[in-house]
Amino acid sequence: MMNETDPQVALAVRNLNFYYGQHHALHDISINFPARRVTAMIGPSGCGKSTLLRIFNRMYDLYPGQRATGEVMFDGVNILEDSLDLNILRARVGMVFQKPTPFPMSIYDNIAFGVRLHEKVSKSEMDGRVQDVLTRVALWNEVRDRLKAPAAGLSGGQQQRLCIARSIATRPEVLLLDEPTSALDPISTARIEELLDELKEDFTIAIVTHNMQQAARCADQVAFFYLGGLVEVDSADRIFTNPRQKQTQDYITGRFG
Amino acid sequence: MAGVDFSVFFRSQSPSRMTTAQTARTEMDSSAEPAQRRIGADTAFRLFVGACALLVLVALGGLVVLMGVGGHKAFSTFGLAFSFTDVWNPVADLYGALAPLFGTIISTLIGVTIALPLAFGTAFWLTAIAPPRVAAVVGTAIQLLAAVPSIIFGMWGFFTIVPFMARHVQPFLSHNFHHVPGIRFLIHGAPFGTGLMTAGIVLAVMIAPFMTAVMRDVFAAMPAMLRESAYGLGATRWDVMWKVVVPWSRSGMIGAAVLGMGRALGETMAVTFVIGNVTAVGWSLFAPRSTVASLIALQFPESPAGSLRLSSLLALGFILMLLSFASLALARLLRGDRK
Amino acid sequence: MNAVQKSESGWRPNPRAAGRRRSDRLATALGMIAAGILVLVLASILWTLLSRGLAGLSFAALFNPMGPPGSRGGLANAIVGSLIQTAIALLIATPLGLGCGIYLSEYGENNRFASCVRFVSDVLMSVPSILVGLFVYQILVAPLGHFSAIAGSVALAILAVPIIVRTTEDMLRLVPVAMREAGAALGAARWRVTIFLCLRSAKTGVLTGILLALARVSGETAPLLFTSLGNQNWSFSLNRPMASLPVAIYQYAGASYDDWVQLAWAGALLVTLGVLAINIAVRFSARRG
Repeated sequence: MMNETDPQVALAVRNLNFYYGQHHALHDISINFPARRVTAMIGPSGCGKSTLLRIFNRMYDLYPGQRATGEVMFDGVNILEDSLDLNILRARVGMVFQKPTPFPMSIYDNIAFGVRLHEKVSKSEMDGRVQDVLTRVALWNEVRDRLKAPAAGLSGGQQQRLCIARSIATRPEVLLLDEPTSALDPISTARIEELLDELKEDFTIAIVTHNMQQAARCADQVAFFYLGGLVEVDSADRIFTNPRQKQTQDYITGRFG
Repeated sequence: MAGVDFSVFFRSQSPSRMTTAQTARTEMDSSAEPAQRRIGADTAFRLFVGACALLVLVALGGLVVLMGVGGHKAFSTFGLAFSFTDVWNPVADLYGALAPLFGTIISTLIGVTIALPLAFGTAFWLTAIAPPRVAAVVGTAIQLLAAVPSIIFGMWGFFTIVPFMARHVQPFLSHNFHHVPGIRFLIHGAPFGTGLMTAGIVLAVMIAPFMTAVMRDVFAAMPAMLRESAYGLGATRWDVMWKVVVPWSRSGMIGAAVLGMGRALGETMAVTFVIGNVTAVGWSLFAPRSTVASLIALQFPESPAGSLRLSSLLALGFILMLLSFASLALARLLRGDRK
Repeated sequence: MNAVQKSESGWRPNPRAAGRRRSDRLATALGMIAAGILVLVLASILWTLLSRGLAGLSFAALFNPMGPPGSRGGLANAIVGSLIQTAIALLIATPLGLGCGIYLSEYGENNRFASCVRFVSDVLMSVPSILVGLFVYQILVAPLGHFSAIAGSVALAILAVPIIVRTTEDMLRLVPVAMREAGAALGAARWRVTIFLCLRSAKTGVLTGILLALARVSGETAPLLFTSLGNQNWSFSLNRPMASLPVAIYQYAGASYDDWVQLAWAGALLVTLGVLAINIAVRFSARRG
């Protein structure tokens, strides 16, 4: 386990409980997300891994009746506190969804949208930013000639890379990925997995996935959730070769889930 | 769904959707029914439903043609000038469409101008701000009120808005703005309380619930994930609304506005009560005027069959038909450019 | 427990965010104001309707026929007239609308005639209702030389048909192909499959459409003005002018006799309650379906 005061911990979750109205969805979760590492969250559907992800940028605030108790420390602040400025939090914690979500505007504006929310940026600087992030997600060469074209015209894999570019353009510290490749073909999936490897140099990444191989390929740390509880968290090597819990063993070998 | 009319608007999506189904059905057709009797029943059934379809076609065709034929006498007497003359004089038997057309168009514009921000603001409030339970109750109430017959709005306007305009608004305006050159000509007139402004307000109140209901449906149709990813970047509710929801639902919103406009254009009862019914053209928004529909409602019963006046009213009806047709075509055109 | 040292810069709100928050607050306030205005105005309409309508509602209003001012006249013949004309309108519109809707959904693919009918039906749905009145006047009233209840019913039917066509077609299209195939596999003729399988499984939706059409036409005034005209007395003949609630309201509301105006409000309340009741029924049937 990571040390409690380790500066290398980006997100420290302590005794977290989450409720959808009456339904108790997460039970007493405690887990650290090491900085600039990829943490994969695995487990059968409905086990609470996506719920946990949506706590980190307080997405649940959009829906009345959902609430969290406990502590999620991020940069010295418990992000569950009511007084927190959600707009700043969400600028610092980016999110990419299951399906690509291009906004109804041009490729360029999709990226500029997020940046302009938080910074005043000159035209030339914005151009640079757009090129920079598109290059980082390996999309620049494919779209450099049609930056003004609607983003909806891109292929699914391209759209998802655009969404990742859009998220990192606001320079977050943490990147949340909720099954980012579940709607993509194998080639696009492979490109996004490669991308994760590069991105972790700068970002703390939390990824929810149903794909064991993906978790094994990309993650440094893997957390296994079952029925709203955290069963086991350890290095990817350890989880996939020699898990402590039988449940984990059963799940990764495909015996249930 | 309150938007019966609105479904017009999404029509084009259905045919392509069912192509596989259709193929299957066509195959079904050819998978020869053996018994002769059955084929006979099928043909009869097909003929019957086809006849129903034909009858619907004939109804509208007849509507347009009869309106044109009936108005022929007016068009041939006055020529194209009929559309641009502002005389409506039953005594001298001289008629022109300008005054009622002017009234129709201006009152509709006022109505849409007032209703649009009201409907947009309310839909924004309902989808993004209001607590879900309150939004559900208010939203349902507004949808239900969109179905209230227009004569109710007319009566309400007649007994509430007209006296209010006559006693408060008009005296206030003429007292304070009578000498302001740019405004003076807009507010000039005796305080009857009737006129284009009153009609516009009543029309706005009538179409705003409808437009709100449609806009709310359109906003709600946006995928939650798209909304979440905008919030996920740190956007405020208004950022999300203005920069993501509005562009996403632009064509739907335009459709709501244009369909609301179409309703206002052809509205008879809500307007007849409050417009004052004077066939004149002028810039004052507070002087009695008339619209095509109100003029038809009032003068048709007293026009003898075969008279030039009756023909002129039918010619007006024909023009109104064209206007309403144009607004529907506009709605479809604006929707079409979504792709 | 303070796991991580708090950085000084990270949580500081930047000026840009403050500006955005201001416009968010402004937009929120404006949205609330718009909603407030609309809700208040609509509530005022309902309030006026309820207070004045209830005041005018009495035994005489419900059970006496219309009469001259001061004669304790009521609205009974108008209420019955409205019910008769609306019922006949639905009797005409329902088979026609169902037939047309079935044609469009079952035979109307890639077919020029069908897309033409579909378009015309859409146009008819948004045609100003007074023009429908004019049209029926020209085909039924002028040639026969007199106003009649049947002309009023036909005018209402023309307004109802496109709504029934639309919902019937849409609902039939939602019926899964598998159901049609299963029916055909049992050897059922196509018309049987359409009526006994497709139409039945789309029953709720189709019924909703008919109710919507009913709600739409039951408050219509303009198309009745030149067709069934209105009648001060009892009349059950379809061949003669017949009273109707909306037309009675129109005649009475503008009158300068207090008892007539009161009756107009009572009638307005009745019409509104009727239309709202139908719409609420629609919501329930749609929810169940």
